[in-house]
Parts: sequence; structure tokens; C-alpha cells
Amino acid sequence: MTSTERTDVLVVGSGFGGAITAYHLAAGGAKVVILERGPWLAAKDFEHDFMLGSSYTRIFDFVVGDGMSILGGNCVGGGSVVYFAAMPRAPRFVFERHGSIGRRMWPASVSRDTLDPWYDRVAEAIPITKQDWNDVTYAGGLWAAACDHAGRTANPVPAAIDRGSCTNCNWMMAGCRFDAKQSLLLNYLPAALAHGAEIRPLHEVQRITRTQDGGYRVHYDLIDGEDYRIRSAGGTIDAKVVVLAAGAGATPVILQRSEADLGTMPHAVGRYFSGNGERLNTAVLNEDRVREVLGLSRDDGLAYAANQIGKGPCVANWDRLDGSLPEYTRYSLEQLYFPPGLGTILAQVADTGGPTWFGARKKEMLKRWQSWLIIFQMIEDDNEGVFGPPPAAGNADRVSQQMLGLGRLRYDPHETTLRAWAMADAECKDILERDGLAEVTAWTNDVVGAYTVHPLSSCRIGDDPGTSALDDRNELRGHPGIFVTDGSAVPGALTVNPAMTIAALAERAVPGIVRAAQERGVDVTYGAPAPSGATSGRRGVADLVPSLMRK
Amino acid sequence: MSPRTSAEEKPRTVTLEAFADTIVPGEKRHPGDRAVAGAAPGGGAVAAGAIELLEWDATGVSEGLDDLALLLNDHATAYAAEQGLDLDASVPPFVALPFEHRTALVQRLTAPGHPEKQFWVMLTLFSNMAYDSAAHMHTAEAIAAGHPGLTAMGVTAPGPDGLWRFPRFSYGRPLARLHPDTTPSGSPA
Repeated sequence: MTSTERTDVLVVGSGFGGAITAYHLAAGGAKVVILERGPWLAAKDFEHDFMLGSSYTRIFDFVVGDGMSILGGNCVGGGSVVYFAAMPRAPRFVFERHGSIGRRMWPASVSRDTLDPWYDRVAEAIPITKQDWNDVTYAGGLWAAACDHAGRTANPVPAAIDRGSCTNCNWMMAGCRFDAKQSLLLNYLPAALAHGAEIRPLHEVQRITRTQDGGYRVHYDLIDGEDYRIRSAGGTIDAKVVVLAAGAGATPVILQRSEADLGTMPHAVGRYFSGNGERLNTAVLNEDRVREVLGLSRDDGLAYAANQIGKGPCVANWDRLDGSLPEYTRYSLEQLYFPPGLGTILAQVADTGGPTWFGARKKEMLKRWQSWLIIFQMIEDDNEGVFGPPPAAGNADRVSQQMLGLGRLRYDPHETTLRAWAMADAECKDILERDGLAEVTAWTNDVVGAYTVHPLSSCRIGDDPGTSALDDRNELRGHPGIFVTDGSAVPGALTVNPAMTIAALAERAVPGIVRAAQERGVDVTYGAPAPSGATSGRRGVADLVPSLMRK
Repeated sequence: MSPRTSAEEKPRTVTLEAFADTIVPGEKRHPGDRAVAGAAPGGGAVAAGAIELLEWDATGVSEGLDDLALLLNDHATAYAAEQGLDLDASVPPFVALPFEHRTALVQRLTAPGHPEKQFWVMLTLFSNMAYDSAAHMHTAEAIAAGHPGLTAMGVTAPGPDGLWRFPRFSYGRPLARLHPDTTPSGSPA
């Protein structure tokens, strides 16, 4: 008989929610094991290559659902390795949203004011550049100029990108070859390792059961390093505390699968999923008009033709982020890059009697690919997503060896969501079709449903047990010692890129997890500095910690 | 022009070629080309390598291709009957459909609510991917070889080390007023 492996804290997933909590708990003295279903790659492994099997398909996942498809990270470092590193804080009004539950969605203890010190902690740990106009790419500059021409403002977006080493290659979704992107591989994760945490890649957690001593047993499969469809028997690890941070597309699935053993789950597990209100528009620019109307010209004489050049989103229009406007009418419009492969198929040709997303006219549109400008809308959706019963293993039935799977999420957008998308579509048209600058169309929702790169809210915090799975300290209701700290904990759409808010909430969850671990006999304290050793963030949250560690 | 082998003309292959050509149409490879309809100038998904990509087991669709080709031809037969079209029996039914009818049928199969939508969308995704990203080839090699999709899209070649770098990337000047409620860290207030 083999002895059971034991740890103090078992962390599922190594993205923002996992890496941040793992670091603080390890630094505080706990024995921490992180199980990550994806592979462990570093800068030298990140390739500029669209071939199946390259880093591009190894480290991120595309899960097709019914009405909503999710793009998410699948590697050590999670979303931070594949994302575009935009790190804005969420606007103040977001925390006051009611959605359709008739009360504030966020816990009373969380507002922009109370979250700001936690945002500061993240900003101390992950170098975030407040970009200026010299950092803004041609695509971002074009969007800014078009906004200005249409009487709008436009802002360079804060980003976790080192401007000195960035080459503007636009391969961020394949991982950063130059370590310019300040992913978790460069801060929280190495710091966690230095404090003794262990990271085990290609370990996919399936379910959680109870142990006789009041702890939890985490069951995992081993995943093949090349063909993720191949899994083999893994094992179990017993832990006093479990931190779930597998991503909003996977965390609720693990809990659903655990329900038979753990007992009834809160109603909100696997419900209230938000796609962060995301939707994409493609503008095909008229290069002559870009020069004539906006006065733009590149050093080499071209006006724009620079879709391939850049570093994801650089400039956003925030004019609709106005708390005095009614809910469901506020949104941001952000310039974005989306690589070929998944970034062209859903784009539609304008005004045609035939198919809009394939065929001869679509091919003509592709010929002008370098003159494309992609605009990313983040509206307030209505948390419409619901997960069906879990698949046999993982969070999707994998189709391809990597990347592509079929999940169980169903998303049927409400009228408020459809209206907000229509408003945002109309505004994109108004800005970019003015004076013949471009032709703008939205991506179709008829092929793989809506599409999000920022899945949220499928296991959310709140004060109301009926509509939130977690209490205001991220502990799973009715299952003490299980915490959820990834994007699923965020109550709803944020109208901006969510990474900064997910990270701040994870930072904020740590004192409560420390308290729970202490109660279970773990010798751990709260109060580690930033991974770099900096301490001003710690001082900033000092007054907030006692209430989060209350019994 | 090299003579076509029987393997290339097997019904499954020409059926899938005709499907891929409906997604990203191309010019005929030779005057007698039946699978490629010639509905657009330049190479399309077939010339871009759609069959190679679909037949690669990494995609997860390769094992189902026999069934998909049969099913597609069944749909084509039913569609032709419905539309009163006479199909040339010397080629598979989908190949025998004129391009506009291939298009109409694929629109139906990929429309919301079609019970087999998921399968046809997969086939569509990979057909498109062969053209827009050459997912069956190393990207740098595909560009060097003049891959029809990447070339038509104007994707530039990488540097000698196979990596892309764009030292010139910015207009380098303010291009809009900032939102008045921007915080010192650059976030919305």
C-alpha cells in the first residue's frame, strides 16, 4: 500500500488566481503544491509559428460551447502567458452593478476604493507600463486618430510589457519569446518556487473528495505532453486547504464533478457565467482616406497597412465608461490584434446576399488583411452563461491534439446584452466609417456563438447565497477550506480587460486563506512582500487585513 | 501539368477539396479540375493545403473524414433533388454541384440549429486555417515557399532567425485627447 501524498495547500491552476495565492502561502510558511493541466514552457520555447503543435497551440485552449466559445490559457502561468497584458483597473461604477439580481452583485466589502490597495499590491509585483504615445503602435494610433476625428477621447492602455525588450512582433498569444511580457513566469511563480512551492505541469484535476480528518483529497489525471487527448492514471494529494484557480471555464466543472462526494454545491456554481460582454468588429481601412482624413503616414510612406505589427491592444476609447449612464449601456472600445487562425474566420464581409463569413468575397477581404483594424468591445452582459453536466474528464471533450475542444457552456444572450452589442457596433461604425475611412462589420455569432477571451463569474463572490457561490472572502459556501480565486470569482463583466481585477481579488483573498489554513493547523502567516521584496504594497493593505482574517 | 494520380481523385479527396474550395475558393489547378470550381483568382484553401491539414491526425477530424465526405454527398444528393438539379454521375454529388449551390448547401449545414452544424463548422475552421495560417506548415517555411494564403494576405517574412521584429511600429505622436477621468496610473477612474 502506498502512502498518501500530503500537502498543506493544494492549488489548482497556475494563472493569476493560482500563482498569486501560491506565492503568498509558500512565503508565509505553508507547504504548497500547484497542479497545472498544461505544459511548462519558458521564453526559449515560445515560437513564432502557426503550425499545430507549436507553442501557439500548446499553451492555449479554444473551447466551443453552445452560444459561447472560450479562449483561455493552458500552461504554467495560465492566462498571463497567452494574454495581451492589458492591465487597467475596473471603473468605479462596475462595483455598483446590480445585473438582474435586484441588488449589488459585488459584496458590500468590495468597491473600487477598497480594491485599490490590492490593485497597488499587484502593480508592485508585476511591472505595469503606463504607455505613452511613443509606445502606441500604428494600429493603436490609427484607432486614437479615428476616435479624435469623431470627437471622442482615446487612451493608451496600461500594460504589463517591458517597452525596452518588446519587438512589437504581435506573437503574444504564442507566449513572449523576448520576456517583454511580464507574465507570472517572471514574478509570482519564481518567487513561489523560491519559497518551496512545487509546480506540477500536465496534471489535470478532475474532482475533490473529503478526507476523514476534515481535509480534502484532490484527484488528478496525467496529460500527455504532446497529445492532450491522451490521459493516464494520475493520483491523489491530500490537502488541508484547496485553492481552485483553474479558470472560469474549468473551476465550476471540477466542483460539479465533485458534488457527488462533497455534497450539494451552492446554486451559483456553474451559473452566472459572463463573457465580459466581449465582441469583436473588423474594420477594413481605406489607406488613402487614412492619409487624407487623419493625416497619418508611416516612416516608410505607407499610411497604415500595419495589422501585423504591434503588441495587442494599445489604445482604448473609454467615453462610455460613465457611471451616470444606465447599466447595460456602458462599454469600452479597444483596439486589438487577433492573429490568423482564429482571428479571421468570424470576420464578415459587408452588404452581401451570399455568405458573409466564407466564400469569394471573404477571400477578397482577406487580401486586405494588413489594412484590418480589430476593435474589441467590452459591454455589460447579464451573466447569462450556464454550465451543463460535466464531461467525463477535463472541462471539454478534446477534438484536436491541442487547443480545440467541445465544452458544456450554454450562453443565450439576453435582450440587454444584444442591445449593448448593437450600440457598440453602431458606435464603431460611426467612428470608423466617418468620411470613408473604413468599412466595419461585427464578427458573426452564428458560427461558434459569442466569443470571449475573458471568461468570468462562473463561481462568483457575493453577499447573497442564492446568487453567489463564494462568500466575500472567496470561500466556497458550505465547503469550508475550499477557495476559488480565478476569474470565476469576479461577479460580472468589467467593461475593461479583467486580468488586473482578477489578480487584485486573488491578492485580497490571501488573508482569508491564511486564516483558514491556520485554523487547520498549518503554520503559516500573512505578510510577504512583493516577489521583488518591495513592501509598500504590503503597507497599503495593512489596515484591510484584520477584517479579512476575522474568524 | 503533372498527371493526377488515382489516389488524388478518390471520391473522399475530391469531395473534401470541393468543400474547402467553397470556404476559400481558388482558381482551377488544371482545365479538367472538377473539385476546385474556379470561383476566385489565385490559390484558395485547396492550393493552401486544406487536405493535408484535414488529414493530419493532430486536428482530430482526420478519422471522421470518410463519414463526413459520405454525409456531404448525401446532403448534396438530397439538395439537388430538392432544387431539381441533374448531377453529373461521374463525380461525387457535392463535386457535381455548381459553386453557388455548393455555397448554399454549406450555408445550410453551418447555420444555427442544424443538427450536424458542429461537424461542418470544424471542417470549415480547418479549411480556412489552411489558407489564413498554414497550420500544417512552419509559418516561416510556408511564407518562403509562397504559400497562397499567407502571400495573398501580405504576411511579411521573419528575420533570419525565424522571429518577427518591427523596430518601426509607432506614429510617435499624440493622436487624441485623453479621457478627463484617467487616474495617474493610466486607468479609468
